[in-house]
Amino acid sequence: MLFGVEVAMKQRFQKGDMVSVLNTHPPGHRRTPYYCRGKLGEIERVCGEYKNPEELAYGFSGEPFKWLYRVRFNQAELWDHYSGSKGDTIDIDIYEHWLEAAT
Amino acid sequence: MADEEEKHGHNHDHKGIDADAHALEHIHDHDRQFQADIEDNEPEHYELMTYAIKELLVEKGHLSVDEIRRAQEKLDSWQPSRGAKIVARAWFDPDYKQRLLKDGNEAMSDFGVDAGGAKLTVLENTEDVHNVVVCTLCSCYPRSVLGLPPDWYRSKSYRARVVIEPREVLKEFGTDIDDEVTVRVHDSLADLRYLVIPKRPKGTEGWSEDKLASIVTRDSMVGVVNPSVS
Repeated sequence: MLFGVEVAMKQRFQKGDMVSVLNTHPPGHRRTPYYCRGKLGEIERVCGEYKNPEELAYGFSGEPFKWLYRVRFNQAELWDHYSGSKGDTIDIDIYEHWLEAAT
Repeated sequence: MADEEEKHGHNHDHKGIDADAHALEHIHDHDRQFQADIEDNEPEHYELMTYAIKELLVEKGHLSVDEIRRAQEKLDSWQPSRGAKIVARAWFDPDYKQRLLKDGNEAMSDFGVDAGGAKLTVLENTEDVHNVVVCTLCSCYPRSVLGLPPDWYRSKSYRARVVIEPREVLKEFGTDIDDEVTVRVHDSLADLRYLVIPKRPKGTEGWSEDKLASIVTRDSMVGVVNPSVS
């Protein structure tokens, strides 16, 4: 956070951590696609802190900043009848408040 | 004359000095199709809102019509040739490629390209991995290096299908991916923008950077085709 107004929050997840996406369906402008909600993935990289677009969409400041991650999912985890190769993946940009640690 | 009356809606003599002019006047009566004008459809809600906001900004002196036009012109001047130059240098210069993969924004500044607030993330296609980019929620696209997205990229069918059956979609673009190659789809819907470095085709050994740039197409930098030497 700039100007020391708020102490920057350390990110909850690191590259390689397994995470699951919240399986929730709040109304409004959401940036996490339905097809990955409730699914298990791996943090591919930590992208940095960004203003929260789900707040910006309504004219708010977008603060506090949210950590953004790229989460890698196996295609087979996302779709029951995926017809491609086993190793195929989708990487999705997901903000921290949509993620929880997977055991 | 019964047939004639049916066709034209009235009965008259087509002979004489005014016959051609008359025929033109009534040309709409015949089975001719005209291309629709842009204004033929009613403007949609957001189009109207855009016009209204633009007029207000101009009226209140915040922006001039000329500034708006210049901004549009600037956006239109962003072309895939920018991305092609960046990819060609990455092919040509391994150190540059490493910089590009590490920090796209930093590396593209060598070409005077500014991504604005977006973080340019560069993906490399290799013998083992094929990357392809989509934005399933809207049409996020690396405009600063590729210009405006093509219609197919914004279409619902591409956005819906490429995440669930990427290999079939790629096939429709003429791109067959071997089973042993991993297909990685990248759903770009936040603050990152993606640029694919396609595989450098065989037969380009010893080419100059400019010549390499000439075979890097827009679609190859989205990841739906591989560049080829024709």
